[in-house]
Amino acid sequence: MNATVAQLTARSLLGRRRAYLLMALPAVLLVLSVASRGLAGQDAGITVGVLGGFALATLVPLLGVIAGTGAIGPEIDDGSIVYLLSKPLSRYSIATTKAMVAIAVVTGFAALPTFVAGLILSGTSSRLALGYAIGALAAGIAYGTLFLLLAVMTRHAVVVGVLYALIWEALIGSFVPGAQALSIQQWSLALTEQVVGARAEELDVSSAVGLGAAVPLLLVVIVGSTWFAGWRLRSLRLTSDE
Amino acid sequence: MGTLLLDKVSRWFGNVVAVNDVTMTIGPGVTGLLGPNGAGKSTLIHMMGGFLAPSSGSVTLDGEVVWRNEEIYRKIGLVPEREAMYDVVTGWQFVLANAKLHGLADPAGAARRAVDTVQMTEAQDRDISTYSKGMKQRIKMATALVHDPPVLLLDEPFNGMDPRQRLQLMDLLTAMGDEGRTVLFSSHILEEVEQISGSIQVMVAGRHAASGGFREIRQLMTERPHQYTIRSDDDRALAAAIISDPSAAAVQLVAAHDTEGAAARGDASTGRRDGSGSLHVQATDFASFVRVLPQLASRHNIRLYEVSPADESLESVFSYLVAR
Repeated sequence: MNATVAQLTARSLLGRRRAYLLMALPAVLLVLSVASRGLAGQDAGITVGVLGGFALATLVPLLGVIAGTGAIGPEIDDGSIVYLLSKPLSRYSIATTKAMVAIAVVTGFAALPTFVAGLILSGTSSRLALGYAIGALAAGIAYGTLFLLLAVMTRHAVVVGVLYALIWEALIGSFVPGAQALSIQQWSLALTEQVVGARAEELDVSSAVGLGAAVPLLLVVIVGSTWFAGWRLRSLRLTSDE
Repeated sequence: MGTLLLDKVSRWFGNVVAVNDVTMTIGPGVTGLLGPNGAGKSTLIHMMGGFLAPSSGSVTLDGEVVWRNEEIYRKIGLVPEREAMYDVVTGWQFVLANAKLHGLADPAGAARRAVDTVQMTEAQDRDISTYSKGMKQRIKMATALVHDPPVLLLDEPFNGMDPRQRLQLMDLLTAMGDEGRTVLFSSHILEEVEQISGSIQVMVAGRHAASGGFREIRQLMTERPHQYTIRSDDDRALAAAIISDPSAAAVQLVAAHDTEGAAARGDASTGRRDGSGSLHVQATDFASFVRVLPQLASRHNIRLYEVSPADESLESVFSYLVAR
């Protein structure tokens, strides 16, 4: 971890118009929750639908793409990453720091709003709010680090990230049973399922993978992505006009 | 202290060779890396700065391998060609952040010295996005100087600068060299290098073409054979007159639309008196050739329509050096 790297990263991630972009999706989630509670009252089914269908399936992956790629992608594109790389800093520490900033952003703009939305929708009943917040947090960390790695590996990280989130996670993940075993969303849902506990089955909060597989898989993605991003930074090729 | 050694360095990208078997030593003082665009200067500087692995050969600084060696940046200050910085901050904040990234004991003091060295103290609290090209260059320079490195690498630092900014930067670089630092900068314009005393390394098409002082390089360039394209109202008579003078080595007659037809019809189509063809002249001594040419023309009563140097592009000037 390096405080200066974190500072520069946070400033470019939250600066300019990106901050509005980050706020838009959670705002939609909260408005949706308030409207739903106001119109339909407290309803566990609706809560699962909003938190599972929108928060975990759309908000978290998209925020993960924005935070993960945004933590390093623009610097690589415009070449300003050279100011970090031309320093006696461990590349792994640069990657870890940037991952931490991305995680903080996903926590603040995705996991926390998910928790608040859960409270608005159905209070603390069935521990749905807590369950989905923990699921969103785990998924956010995994997405953030994975897309950070992606941004180090390719110029088209945002496109690839969005395609992954929308096509793999949402489309293939919901129709092809085997693909669900390789889905960050499903792994995180396993955590949610565990927290919700007894009523999970009745409310249809069920993951395609068991907890025993989900936790190690999440850890492998998080630790592996961050480490590999650092390794790739060691030989990052800078572009020039030549 | 501060000696960069390139030993048989090559770098290729796919099947394109960007740098071809370059061996050079760059020691304290100012060195200009000169060559046309695409000659491999940036690739070379990237390898010296540890941002690119040599495909073969080695780049070392005082015996230490540069590639994948983060500790080398305690000794190297790098001024990148591209302008992008973290421009959401002021110049001062940016230099200070660089000082902190180096883990210096007194980052504020170091940043103040660096900003002062590049004479940016007055403008240091403005946003970088409001800076002119020259100011950005100086702030970039300050970030490279903040840890007082013995080696300074600058990629095309004069690009887009106006003459006054250029002079300032040259003075700065000269001062750095006089302090005993190793200062290497790249450029594709010989005149930029002129005011800076020191040595010049010439790169052409990935090869190390020449090295020496400014005067030596300048001389190499002016002493090469010069080519001219000349149009007149009687090319054939002019060709005869030119070749009789010792200042020219070769003359070639070219018809206006010279194809196989010209050869078939023989003399008739080339060197007509209507001025539609042209002459290619290879001059051995360019100074005396340009003096003699008008005299020859007037003596033979030939009207000159056009006299233009055929190969004054930097590219050809440099490639002559390679072919030599």
